[in-house]
Amino acid sequence: MKSIHQYLVLAFTVCAVTLFSYSSGAASSSAETFVATGGKIRIEFDNVVGNRNLVLNSVTYKNASNEDFVITKFNYFISNVKFKKADGSVYIVPQDSSYFLIKEDTKASQHITLNNVPLGDYVAAEFMVGVDSARNTAPIEKRFGVLDPSGSMMDDGMYWAWNSGYIFTKLEGSSSKGNPVNGKFYYHIGLFGGYNQRTVNNTRVVKVAFGSVKASVTTTSGPEVHLLVDVLKVFDGPGTNVSIADYNSIMAGQPAKSQQVADNYVNMFTLGHIH
Amino acid sequence: MYRAIFLLVLSLFCCSAGDKNEPIPNKKGPKLLEWTKPKGFPEPVYDLSRNPLTQEGVLLGRFLFYDGILSRTNLVGCGTCHQQAAAFTHHGHELSHGVDDRLGVRNSPAIQNIAWSNSFFWDGGVHDLDLVPFNPIENPVEMDEKAFNVLAKLRKTPNPNSKIPVDYPKMFKDAFGTDEINSERMMKALSQFMMTMVSANSKYDLYHSGETNALSTQEKKGLLLFEKNCSSCHQGVLFTDNSFRNNGLLPMRNNDRGRAGITANPADEHKFKVPSLRNVGLTAPYMHDGRYHSLEEVLDHYTESVQKLKTLDPVLIQANGNTGIALSQSDKADLIAFLKTLSDDQFIKDTKLSDPGIGNSL
Repeated sequence: MKSIHQYLVLAFTVCAVTLFSYSSGAASSSAETFVATGGKIRIEFDNVVGNRNLVLNSVTYKNASNEDFVITKFNYFISNVKFKKADGSVYIVPQDSSYFLIKEDTKASQHITLNNVPLGDYVAAEFMVGVDSARNTAPIEKRFGVLDPSGSMMDDGMYWAWNSGYIFTKLEGSSSKGNPVNGKFYYHIGLFGGYNQRTVNNTRVVKVAFGSVKASVTTTSGPEVHLLVDVLKVFDGPGTNVSIADYNSIMAGQPAKSQQVADNYVNMFTLGHIH
Repeated sequence: MYRAIFLLVLSLFCCSAGDKNEPIPNKKGPKLLEWTKPKGFPEPVYDLSRNPLTQEGVLLGRFLFYDGILSRTNLVGCGTCHQQAAAFTHHGHELSHGVDDRLGVRNSPAIQNIAWSNSFFWDGGVHDLDLVPFNPIENPVEMDEKAFNVLAKLRKTPNPNSKIPVDYPKMFKDAFGTDEINSERMMKALSQFMMTMVSANSKYDLYHSGETNALSTQEKKGLLLFEKNCSSCHQGVLFTDNSFRNNGLLPMRNNDRGRAGITANPADEHKFKVPSLRNVGLTAPYMHDGRYHSLEEVLDHYTESVQKLKTLDPVLIQANGNTGIALSQSDKADLIAFLKTLSDDQFIKDTKLSDPGIGNSL
């Protein structure tokens, strides 16, 4: 008899829990009964060249070395996104949801949405350009979505199969100073620091302070942070200007040069506005 | 009271029953396959807990390994350059050729005891077995295919025009529960199959396990010479220490930088992975570029032609300053007799590892 009693209590509890979760699921659409714990922030990565919009394949631009160029491909990884409040507290986007591949030829990829961001006013964002070493050495089940290594190098592939690691930034184009065979230049910047032997580490962290404006996350509205991403900064560094004539191909084989490019492009992000 | 609760519970069960249309769990599922570590071998490097072997997974991996569908031309499979009879090397090919007879720059290495490898390829450019197949698939001189395109082709099977119309969606379902075909599953199936490529049944292994008569007098003399002169690099039961070393080969015209191509470290210039010597009697030609055609030539290199390159491994500089290893002609004969005891007949004839009939040897 006692065992039946225990069974009934257990069954009742299970049902009660089930009922409760059903009702909470239904109620989440009405904000009165349950307090939402987070909102969303969107970031737009708006690729530009100096003060002009970036247009692929057709418009000719000039870098600081006075070299003409047309961009045919511009892809980069953004990862490890964080937001900071005025009181110094930081919201870190959950790791598995913090990898984004921005591609100039795919409009949708240029807007990223971070969900479940705790409510409040944010004063700065921080993110990595590239893919951290942990994910570069992670098992294959952690490499889904934009991190799937099956992408092709001939298309938008962002993974080196022969020197296992992600390409952080891919900039390709043509120029009168391009290579003598087809007039093109190819900058594929990767290298995460090495698996069991140290190599160059080209991951870079970008901090964008919002200044006088704030990104206010509320239950009803999520801000959009509009970032300008200036391709010119890939060439024109604070330290080194990268010349297409001197370097029409920079990939894993020239780690020191790729480091200079990464040091340059870490400066390509500036705040446009927040709305 | 009990009755009221009972009725309540019953009604709750009834109304929630409609929400749960799950069929009775299918107990069949893939059958676990126990992976056995040979006696005296170290723990494997590959983490089997992330990818436990199953009969269906290994079988899928075996089909994928041999199927030319992995290549752009649908003709070159893994098994094309890694042939079982030659301990999964490309026998007779100094440099392997892939699609359209495109020549590679290196000799295809043996796939055996890969469970204990902590890095892959002659330069160690890949550190995880699950990421290995991407490399030959995407290399323009090997399979010259796009991995995502391989997945797309697999999803479209069975193809009635294939040599054998393999139904991959069904095989993926048998191995992983659903017919979804993705990178993770494809690579894990290939890893499962490669994990079963264990060579541990040579004459040497018999001797090592206590059968003192398994080796002849000459082979035993060779073993002693091996332990004295070779085993610092070709170490332990795996016959490799998995390190990268420069063994004094004069660089060829393409000046293959080896490990330095990955690390960009000048100290790694012209260093290559120390290969296991298991089945070495079956894997000619030798060295990363297949320049030596016989074990005699290999030993002649070590006695006669070790170049004093900047990064030459210090173990190849003798006390008197000469490079290489001092061996007499009869030492060499004894050593070769020993090296041939590392051939594993069972391994190269194991039907569980062989081509199920879909492969091509080119």
